Parts: sequence; C-alpha cells; structure tokens
Amino acid sequence: MAEKIAGAQEHRHDEHAHHVETFWSKYVFSTDHKMIAMQYMFTGMFMALIGGFFAYTFNMQMAFPGEPVPLWGGIVTPPQYNALITNHGAIMIFWVAMPVLIAAFGNFLIPLMIGCDDMVFPKINRLSYQIFFLSVLVLLSSFLVQKGGFGGAWTVYPPLSAKHEYSLTPMGSSLFVVAVALEFVAFLLGGINFVTTAMNSRAPGMKLYDIPMVVWMIVIASILFMASVGPLIAGAIMLFMDQNLGTHFYDPKAGGDPILWQHLFWFFGHPEVYVVLLPAIGITADVMCVFARKKLFAYRTVLYTVFATGVLSFTVWAHHQFIAGIDPRMAHVFTITTLLISIPIAEMMFVFIATLYGGDISLTTPMLWALSFIAEFLIGGVTGIFLGASGADIYFHDTYFVLAHFHYTFFPIAIIGVYAGVTFWYPKMFGKMMNDTLGKIHFWGTIIPFNCIFIPLFWLGLAGQHRRIYDFRNFPELAQYQPVRVFAASMLVTMLLFQLLFIFNFFWSLWRGKEAGPNPWKSNTLEWTTESPPGHGNWKTLPTVYRGPYEYNVPGRKDDYWPQNVPN
Amino acid sequence: MRPIANTRSTAGIPTGRLAVWWVVASEIVIFGGLLASYVMQRLAHPEWTSQTAVTNVWIGGFNTFVLLTSSLSAVLAHQAAEHGDGKKAAKLLYYTCGGALTFICVKAYEWTHEISEGYTLSSNTFWSFYYTAAGIHALHVIAGGIIMLFVAADAKKNLELHRVELIGIYWHFVDIVWIFLFPLLYIAK
Repeated sequence: MAEKIAGAQEHRHDEHAHHVETFWSKYVFSTDHKMIAMQYMFTGMFMALIGGFFAYTFNMQMAFPGEPVPLWGGIVTPPQYNALITNHGAIMIFWVAMPVLIAAFGNFLIPLMIGCDDMVFPKINRLSYQIFFLSVLVLLSSFLVQKGGFGGAWTVYPPLSAKHEYSLTPMGSSLFVVAVALEFVAFLLGGINFVTTAMNSRAPGMKLYDIPMVVWMIVIASILFMASVGPLIAGAIMLFMDQNLGTHFYDPKAGGDPILWQHLFWFFGHPEVYVVLLPAIGITADVMCVFARKKLFAYRTVLYTVFATGVLSFTVWAHHQFIAGIDPRMAHVFTITTLLISIPIAEMMFVFIATLYGGDISLTTPMLWALSFIAEFLIGGVTGIFLGASGADIYFHDTYFVLAHFHYTFFPIAIIGVYAGVTFWYPKMFGKMMNDTLGKIHFWGTIIPFNCIFIPLFWLGLAGQHRRIYDFRNFPELAQYQPVRVFAASMLVTMLLFQLLFIFNFFWSLWRGKEAGPNPWKSNTLEWTTESPPGHGNWKTLPTVYRGPYEYNVPGRKDDYWPQNVPN
Repeated sequence: MRPIANTRSTAGIPTGRLAVWWVVASEIVIFGGLLASYVMQRLAHPEWTSQTAVTNVWIGGFNTFVLLTSSLSAVLAHQAAEHGDGKKAAKLLYYTCGGALTFICVKAYEWTHEISEGYTLSSNTFWSFYYTAAGIHALHVIAGGIIMLFVAADAKKNLELHRVELIGIYWHFVDIVWIFLFPLLYIAK
C-alpha cells in the first residue's frame, strides 16, 4: 500500500500539460519519446522504400541484363549496379533495421512499458534523432555527387574503399563513411538514454524480472551496440583519413594492414547481427504470450541465454574472414565459438515452442508475423552452421548461399519482426485498429514470395554463383541459370507490390480504422493501461507494478489476463 | 521542465552519474579499438623504434604532469560542490580548464616542431597513429574544457552542482586515456 501512495504522488504538474504547441514544436522539435519514435519509424520506413527500390533495380539488371529497367529510367551501368547493391545493404541495416527496431520501438515502448512519462534525457533523445536525420541526408547526398555513390560493398573493405583511384567515387566513398559514423553517434546517444531510463526510471514495484522481454532485449541490444561499435568508429576515422588525409593505416605498401579493417569491422559487424536480432526476438516473445494467452516459458532462462549470446557474439567475428588469410589455427577457434552461439539461439526457439504449447492460440495478424519469424529465422540459423565451419566456408564464401543465408536472418529481423511489432502496437500508437483481413493478405503476400526469392538463391550459391557480379552471362557455367534469376526477380516484384497493401492499410486505418480503446488485445503490460494514443506524460497518474508481465490464464481469476498495475 | 523519469533512481545511482558512466564505457571501446590496432601494428613492425625515438619524452612527461594536476583540482572541485560551495567549485574547475589549455598549447608547440622536422600525418603508419590517437585525445580535452566552462558558470551561481562530479568523471577518463597514450607513443622505444 505504501508503494501505491508513493506512486500516486507522482502526478504530472498541470502547468506542463497545457503549454501551447506549434506544428514545429509538436512534430519536428519534439522531445516527447512517442513523437521521436514516430520520427524514427517514418524515416526508417521511407529508407526501406529506397532500399527496396534499389533491390528491385539491381535484381532487374541481373534477371534482364543490359535492358532498361522500368522506373529506373534506362539501363543500370556497372558503377550504378555496384552503388545500388552497396547502399541496399547499408540502408537496410543501418537506416531501416536500426532506426525502426531499436530506436522507434525503444523510444515508444521503454517509457510506456516501464511506467514513466518520458526518457530520462528528452533533449539528448531529440539530438539523437537529429544526428540520425543528418546521417540520412549525408547518405542520400552521396548518390548525387559527381561520379555517384560508393560501390565497394557495405563492408567497405580497403584498399577498394580507401583509395579513390580504386573506388572511382572520390566523394561518394567519403560521404558514405561519414554517414555511417554519424549514424553510430546517433545510436550511441539513443542507447545511453535507453539503458539509463530502463535502469533508473521503472515504475515503483517493477523489479528486474517484471520487465517485459522486449524492453530487456532492446536494452541488452543497446549495450551490445555500445560495446562493439567503438573500434569501428576508430576504424572509420582511420579510413576517412586514409581516403582524404594521406595516412596509410590500411595500405600494406606503407606499413599498414587491410586486414585490420576487417577485424575492426566485423568485431562490430557480428554483434550487430544480435543488436538487431534481440529486439525482434523480444517483440516476438511479447506478441506470442498475448496471443497464446500463456506465460512466457522460462523467462529467466531466456534472459540468461541472451546474456550468454551477447558475450559469445564478441568472439565469433573472424568467421567472416576465413579466406582473408588469417591463421588456420585461429579459424579453428572461431569455428568453435560460431557453432557454440547456435546453442543459445536454438534454446530460444525451443522456449517459444514451449510457450505456444497448450496455449489458446489466436491467429491474428501480429501473431502470424511472430510465428513466421520463428519459422523463417530457423532456416537462417541452420544454414549459418555451414558457413560457420571454416572448411565448408571456403567453398561457400561470397556465394549466393551466404547471401540467401543472411537474408533469411535479416529479413525475419528487419521485416517480419517489424511487421509483428507495428501491427501489434499500432492500436497503441494511433488509437485505431488495422484491418485484419488486409493484414493477413499482406502477410501471405510477403511470406510466400520471400521464400520463393531466396530458396532458389541457396541453390544458385551451391552451383557457384558469386555475389556482386554485374552480368552473369559472362560466365558460361552460370549463364544457364538465368531462368532462376528471372523467377527470383519476379517474386521480388510481387513481394514489393504487396507492400503497397500494407502502406494502404496503415494510412487507411488511421482514417477509417475501428477505435481501439486502451487495451484491445487484453494484454498485461503497462502501455495498455493508458489511453490510446497516450497523451503528453503518458498517464494521468503514473502506474505502480505488482507482478510480472506474462500472467495469463491464472487459475482462480475471472479474466484470463492480469495487468501488471492491478493490485489484486 | 524535467520529466519524472529523470527524477527517479530505481538502480540507486543518480541518473546523471549512471549516464556518464555509460558515456565513458562507450568511449573506452573507441580508444580501446584504436590502441589495440596500434599495439598489433607496433608488434608487427619492430622498425618503428627508430620513429618513436623522435618523440620527446620530456614534453610528453610535462603534459602528463599537467593533466594529472588538472584532475586533482577537478576532484577538489567535486569536494567543494559536495559541501555546497559553488563558488569554490567553480574556481577549481577554472584551474582544471587552465590545465587543459596548457596541455593543448604544449601539444601545439610539440606538433609544430615535429611537423617542421618533416614528421607528418602521412610520413608512415607510426606517425599516422601518433597524430590520430593524440589528436582524438586532444579533441576530448578541448570538448571537456568547454563543457567544464559551462558547468563552472552554473556552479558559480550554486546551480546544478551535481554536474561538477559528472564532468569530473569524464575528466578522469580523459586523463586515463593519456596515461595509456604516453607510454605507448613516447616511452616504448
């Protein structure tokens, strides 16, 4: 009872509630975490359209080489082709997955799920988005400068990236490095805010094991990001200096080492996979518990497993470098750690299956996305084992097998996970329900073409098709597979067209959607205890927490759910 | 207007201090990556000894002394702030800023000398690392000094005294980075 009184004293002061908001202060220079979340989400969705368009354009070139690509306005030249594949990868990871999964969901959910009114540092939060927005502008401008955008692959390996006479994009490659570095700064600022908020600003009564899984996952992901990105920031500074100031960090002729970049890049690059994976797993966990009406199986074990994954993720990076000339004894070590990390991930898969077992499952749109996340990510995980083994990787390296493998991890993360989250929290974000029928059509229209695109690519990779090739007709042994490329490209177009349905549903529901009410899914977590969308300050009286987030179907209760803020 | 979130302290550590520790943690890995790269390269290139012999241990040593002393006044400023004496805290912070300024001036003299001798950023990889690592560190010194001026201006009016401790934590970190840089760039011959 004492706790409740303590919580009740935290009223918002009235003078905060009714100060005058202009368009600029409300939508552009807002410090409200929900508005910043929306800024990140819409910027991320905009960048997803660009990244998707790039994928369409270079796939059309692969399927119909040398023919003009509709909407692109002419044929795709080799430098353009390289710039398109490079920036498709970079955009999808740094400007779609990161801002939507970490920044948008982190900003929207953390304060609402732990029961406080905002982030601890709202102005730093705003600054984080502004720097991110600047990074978007720098990246977009890199396509427009003389000789076009950078085309040396998203991994930016020197010497190709370090010397303008090799990259042939003197401005583009520097702008690319600057854009990525700015993006890192934005997420460091945001991450510090997330971690500090979750550690210090939880509602009275919310203990560590009462925190919803998605909040845990975003916080752990932020810490992983913080701990892994530093060396790459240093490396990016060194690369920028190699490009523009005449240093020789990566130039073997002058005592430098190009492999150094690969170490710095992948020391970040591999934990980064888990940085974006964890929020998607967290979203899946929360969505599943709500629609299976069951407690999350082994909450604490999941958490310990995630810690283990986080630690292990720092010890696997050199599996990207098996053919870069590293010591074969080192390759053994990294093979072992890489195969080890599949254990905690597999454990999480089993935990999800155990959570579903015996539940009252309702197949709503968010639940379909969550279930498909498990199924599709499993394919990505299993094919990763072939690549983690250094012996097999020598043959698979840089083939379409690798490409299909990581699309089976990143697509479930950045697309399926995001759709699960957006369709689930849409009622909270906008106060309206999305249309479920359109949502399901969109789901099947995405999942089926997705598998049709990438399953054939595994096969092409096994047949020896290498990545980053402009025109496969130049390789007689690969030219015969042209029908497969045409099929994959047509499936890509199909999938992209189905995304228009989502955009339609998204905006149509804003206007015509059914009123959602505070808690349409009958969920336990705190964000559903306030109005939809939550007003300034989130609650009139900040909530107090009495139990964990997953108390569904508790015997002896009338309702099948038991919100965290209800005393008994 | 400070959100209620900012006034809570579930973890038992004041929010500002917690955040500064996370800033320091993220900075440690930045410098960690840079220094690890340097050490790996250094081990692979024994011939760099002839280059490190050029750097002036006495100038580096003097700067080490200046920086450590400036940290002392940062600690004393924190102590004064704890006792609620904002004026004294501000004065001591200005001393620390003076240390930062001295450090930068000495550095400027040192670099001018080295560059005029023909040891530039692009001479070879040792000098690339030398100027990059010390340069990024110097940027941190400048940034810390500027922030400290703002904190001191507030502290003088007895406002936001907790920030004296926060900038102090950051300043000690900048100090410790130099403690690593000094032996790596100057002493190890």
